[in-house]
Parts: sequence; structure tokens; C-alpha cells
Amino acid sequence: MKQLMTGNEAIALGAWEAGVNVVAAYPGTPSTEITENAAKYDELYAEWAPNEKVALEVAIGAAISGGRAMACMKHVGVNVAMDPLMTVAFSGTEGGLVLVTADDPGMHSSQNEQDNRRLGRFAKIPVLEPADAEECRDFVKAAFVISETLDTPVMLRLTTRVAHSQSLVEKGERINRELPPYRKDPQKYVMVPANAKPRHTVAEERLLKLKTYSDETELNRIEKNSETIGVICSGIVYAYVKEALPDASVLKIGLSNPLPEQLIRTFAASVETLYVIEELDDVMEEQVRAMGIKTHGKDIFSLEGEVFPEIIREKLCGEKTVPAYRYDKELVVRPPVLCAGCPHRGTFHVLKQAKVNVLGDIGCYTLGALPPLSAIDTTICMGAGIGMALGMEKVRGKDFAKQTVAVIGDSTFLHSGITGLIDAVYNKGCTTTIILDNHITAMTGHQQNPLTGFTVKGEPAGKLHLETIVKGLGIDRVSVVDPFDLKTFAAVLKEELATEEPSVIIARRPCELLLKGAREACYIDSERCLRCGKCLKIGCPAIEKTGVGKPPVIKSELCVGCGLCERVCGNDGVITKVGE
Amino acid sequence: MAQSEVKSILIAGVGGQGTVLTARVLSRLLLQRGYDIKVSEIHGMSQRGGSVVTQVRYGDKVHSPIIAPKSADHIIGFELLEGVRALPYLKEGGTIIVNEQRIKPMPVVIGKAPYPDDLEDFLRHCGAQAKLFDAHLLAMKAGNAKCLNMVMLGAWAKNAGLELEEEECLSTVAANVPPKFLEVNIDGFKRGYHAF
Repeated sequence: MKQLMTGNEAIALGAWEAGVNVVAAYPGTPSTEITENAAKYDELYAEWAPNEKVALEVAIGAAISGGRAMACMKHVGVNVAMDPLMTVAFSGTEGGLVLVTADDPGMHSSQNEQDNRRLGRFAKIPVLEPADAEECRDFVKAAFVISETLDTPVMLRLTTRVAHSQSLVEKGERINRELPPYRKDPQKYVMVPANAKPRHTVAEERLLKLKTYSDETELNRIEKNSETIGVICSGIVYAYVKEALPDASVLKIGLSNPLPEQLIRTFAASVETLYVIEELDDVMEEQVRAMGIKTHGKDIFSLEGEVFPEIIREKLCGEKTVPAYRYDKELVVRPPVLCAGCPHRGTFHVLKQAKVNVLGDIGCYTLGALPPLSAIDTTICMGAGIGMALGMEKVRGKDFAKQTVAVIGDSTFLHSGITGLIDAVYNKGCTTTIILDNHITAMTGHQQNPLTGFTVKGEPAGKLHLETIVKGLGIDRVSVVDPFDLKTFAAVLKEELATEEPSVIIARRPCELLLKGAREACYIDSERCLRCGKCLKIGCPAIEKTGVGKPPVIKSELCVGCGLCERVCGNDGVITKVGE
Repeated sequence: MAQSEVKSILIAGVGGQGTVLTARVLSRLLLQRGYDIKVSEIHGMSQRGGSVVTQVRYGDKVHSPIIAPKSADHIIGFELLEGVRALPYLKEGGTIIVNEQRIKPMPVVIGKAPYPDDLEDFLRHCGAQAKLFDAHLLAMKAGNAKCLNMVMLGAWAKNAGLELEEEECLSTVAANVPPKFLEVNIDGFKRGYHAF
């Protein structure tokens, strides 16, 4: 019976059916659920690696030793993994190697919207683009066949809508793949110049074979229809084109690198007007143009965000949808917020009171940038804040550094904050780094990490000790505070900012969503409330302003009783627990 | 443009309200009817109390998981403001079922923007088939505010035009909610089912 599953679940199923041995990943929306689902299959080894580079290296090792391996990550994760990728693209592997990249056009949950098809082209490896869940499963299996036939890593590129949309899939069987004996082959796998040069030749020859394959494979197909309009498209855009232009002829691209040149020429010659419709970059369009074929593409479509069916209708048919019903006035937006009881709220309150510059990072705590906390100056990428703090110090001096902190989550610190901290020690910075230890990788939906003591399968694992790591890097000043103990936190912060050596404050309190036992809600004594508004400035979703000059109220169904507002208020007895 | 058989349901709410589970049960109900189905939802940052939208499309053959503006047959609004925000997606003559509960977004909470006070009036008079009710209250009566998603599902099931019988729905609900909260979810569904 067919089951409804997301693209991510189907990728995991495809890996299982393809006889994959190892799946390694670092969590990142919209890719996270691939590995969570892969972990459910007993026959598969699945792991959360500390970062995407390590995840790919684990997969490369597994594949060179003869297994089938898959590494999964969000689009920006591939940037982290580029170093091994660019060289394994020369060496190839014994068993199949697939890299899944989940791109995020429209930036639903990302800091940029790069088009990773360009990275596949850059690495000279095949790129597959499934359009729905069933293709996700099928393309994973196809990817392993291509990988082993042509001795190349394969990139499987998803976008958010493919990864998170559900469609029907019929579950198949897992193939029985015998593990070949381990074969040493230093000329192929020791990438010193003498060995890498011939491997580059191999990689270029492989690309030529792939071009022929691209013209022959069923992954690329022409769906002949009206001769008036022809559309070349891949991934989710195929679904949109079928929806918006049911009469158009379509060249559906499943293998988008290298493109099927002969098929494109045949298709282009068979239609009056050709369009290449793709989200983000003009990756296919520029190649079609380079073939000397006239086409429309980014002359009418945007290089930014997603392409929806109604946009295709508007651009190609001149139809603009006028809503049947619409509220004419502007509707207030609803941005995401830190949860009620979130430990980060305490940290950002302390930082805001201290009026320091905050170099942020990637995680739930990025939400500290939003009003009313508005407590973060920068967010660039995973791990960036610590190195950036050092850079600022080198330009603006120690006095500036004494007013500046880097804030980073526990999992993010292990991902790529450690190297920044090494730099701060080595190059004599006096940065204060605050590591937010909430015992979990929270933003992506509670994944385990090397500090939690559990694997992705929920089994006991090696558990690292944060203080020991930090001290081992040469940081002598390491303090641990409870982010809700505002007075102690503020005092420690003041002291650490003043010292002229690098220091680390670990703000330790578990993610509120990990705490199962319900605590009693807080309430505001409206008669004693001074209407100062302090409690509203911490941005808790449970505290509501009721009107000018009126006391705020605490919504009991949202309040988790963390007591932060009680501490921020500071006026004894105004905010208390309901039961007290 | 779109194949005429394809129907679209847009579920709009606030992150944490349980729209994902509603879509899950709803799509299983449709699956039992033998439809091709596509569901689209976004996980990640927006789940942290922001606006969330889940889209369900069904028919003989569904291509796009995304609902175009002015093409949803039903909108299920878990919260008043979010229901109104989704309204441009409603097809002419479509039905919008809305929980009239107000959950204030952060700009309202901190006094930087007003929560419009005319949204119910607007919905009642905009011309769409608007069904407003206090689903939050019904969920509380069922014993837990968190079963709001089943109340909304019940209200939709009765009005879906699919002749979904209560018993058929309840067994699907039972198969998809945690056993610990089965009773309250069943009660919530029933209250929603009999709301209109």
C-alpha cells in the first residue's frame, strides 16, 4: 500500500532500499529529518557528526572501504564540506557515495539562499533533482548506481518544498549488497600531486561519459504536448509547471549536471518558444544559451526566492490573480519568538542590560535579534561570532573588546566555534565567549550532539565535557552560570569583560522543551504592579500588554512558570507563582 | 488552469498549535478515500510561535503541493488573525472555518502594533462562507487546550463535502494521536464535528 511521506522520509527509505551502510549528517533545516528517519532502520548505521565536513568524511571513509554511504546537510552545510568534496570528486570511492544537499529557496529557515547546483558543477559531479517523494526514493537508488558505475560522488539536490512536501510512495525491498573485500589503492586515494594529476584526467573523462549518459537516461525526459510553449525545468518546478501549464511541452530534467545537450537541442527545435524555468540561479539557462539556443528564463523570472504556479501563469500567460476576499488594511506580522521559559531569554536580558556588542551565531538564540530583545549585532554563519569578535578587537582595540561578547550555542560551538576560540587564545584576544548550553541541538527540533551522551538512535554515546574542552584549548577563565540567575550572570559578565585575556562563560540551563514536568504559572498582582513595563521587554510570549497604563497579564496556558519575569520585575510580590 | 478535480485545503495557525497533526489525520482520511494527495508544510524557524501554514491538495492526480492564491476550497484558521491572513488563498465561494481566539503576536504584545478589532465582522461580511466559533473554549471543555487541532479537524470533517462519517474519522484520529491523550482528542474532535 502506498504511504504518504515527506521527501526527507523517502530519501531515508531510498537509502535503506539501496542497501546503504552509513548515513552521516549534521542537522540543518530542511535536511534534518532524512537522518532522523534513516536512524529508524536497524540495517543502517546513522550518526550526527559534529559538522558537515566530518559527516562527509565519515561517508567517504565508509565508501572507500567498500560500503554505500550518504552524507546529508542543508545547503550552507555543503560549504563546510567543500574541502573533502572537491578532492573525493577526483578520487572517487569503491562503494557508492551520495551527498544530499537541501537548498532553501525563499529562506524559510536559512541565512542565505545559495544554489548548490553550482557547487555540483564546480565539483564536476553529477547532480540529481527529484520532484516529489517517490522520485526522492528512486533517485537515491539511481544515484548509487551512477556513483558506482562511473566512480563518482553524486549530489542529490533537494529544495525545501521537495524535502518537506508529502506525496505517495510504495515501499520496496532492501537490496542485498555484498561488501567487497577492502582493497588498498594509494594511487587512487592518496591525493598527492603525482596521484591527483591523473585523477583529474579521470574526472574530466568521467564528465564526458556522464554527458552521453545524460542524453540516454530516463532521468531526463521529454513530455511532448503543444508545440507553442516548451519548458525546461527540474525539481519542484516541474510540479509547478505541470500545474500552471498543462498544455505545454516539458523537458523534465532529473540529472541536471551535466545537462543532456542532444535532448535539449531536439526539444528546443520542436517548440516555438522555449523557457527555462528554475528557482534561484540561471544554472541551466546559461548552459542552454551557451549551446546557441534562444530561450527565455531570468529575463522574466527572478533570481530570488521560489517560483510558484501563479508566478508562472503571470509571467507566461499574463494572468494576475486578484484575490476574491482580502482584508484591506495591513495585518500585523507574527514573527517567531523564543519559547516561554527559554533559557536564552535570560542571557539576552543580561546582555542588553550590560549594553554590550553581541556577535551572534546560528540557532534558536538567533531569535534574540528580534524585538523587544533586539540584542544581537551580527549573525553570519555557524561558528562565526568568536572569530569576528577577535577581528573587531584587532581593529578597534581592547577597550572595544571589553564591551563585546561572542554568543554561541553548545552544538554550534562544537560544529565550528572551537577553531575560533583557538584563534582567540593563540593570537592573544581578550574576547568573552558565552556558550549557551541547553543540553540539545534545539532549533532543528532537538537532535543529540556530542555533549548530550546519546546517539541519533537514542543509544548511549561518548559524552564530551564542555568545561574540559574549553580549558584544554588554553582558556583559564571558565565560569558556569544559570542564565536565569540574572544577578550572578551580570556580575560574572562584568568581571570577564574587564579581564585582558580570553574567557568563556557557560550559560547552562536545559531547553524548556526538554523539561517535561509542568510547573505552576506566574501571575501579576495587578494592584501592586508599578506598570513599569520591564517584564514586557524580555519578549516572553506568555506576557501580554493589555493597554496603556494598565498592568500586563500572564497567560496561564502559555506560561511555564520559569520565573524569569519575577526576577526581571524585582519588586517583591508583584509577580509570583499562582500557588504561592 | 488547474485540473478541475483537484481540491485544496489550507490550514493556517500559530507555531505550536498542532496544525501539523491536523494535516496528518486529515490527509489519512483523504488517503482512505483513494485520492492522490500532496501535502506541503514548512518546518524550522517558523515553528517557534510564528505564522504557520500547511497545505493539503487531493484529487485524481495532484502535481503541485502548493496552493495558489484564490484556489483553496477550504481554509482552516486556527487563530483569527492567521485565518484572515490566509483569506486571499480562498476560492470564490469557498469556506473558511475559523477559531475566533486571538493570540497576540509579539509586536502586539509589546504595544508596537494593534490587533485589529474588526476581523470577525470583516469575515462575516466579506462574502465568503465563514464559519466562526470559539474552538479554544471547546478544547478546554474537552479537557485540554492542546486538543484544539482535533476540534478544528472535526469542524472541517463535517463541512468537507466528503460525507465523512464521525465513526470513520474517530478511528483515524485514534490511529494518529498518542494513546495517552486519546480520550481528550476524541472528545475534542466530537465537539468540533458537532459545532456547526
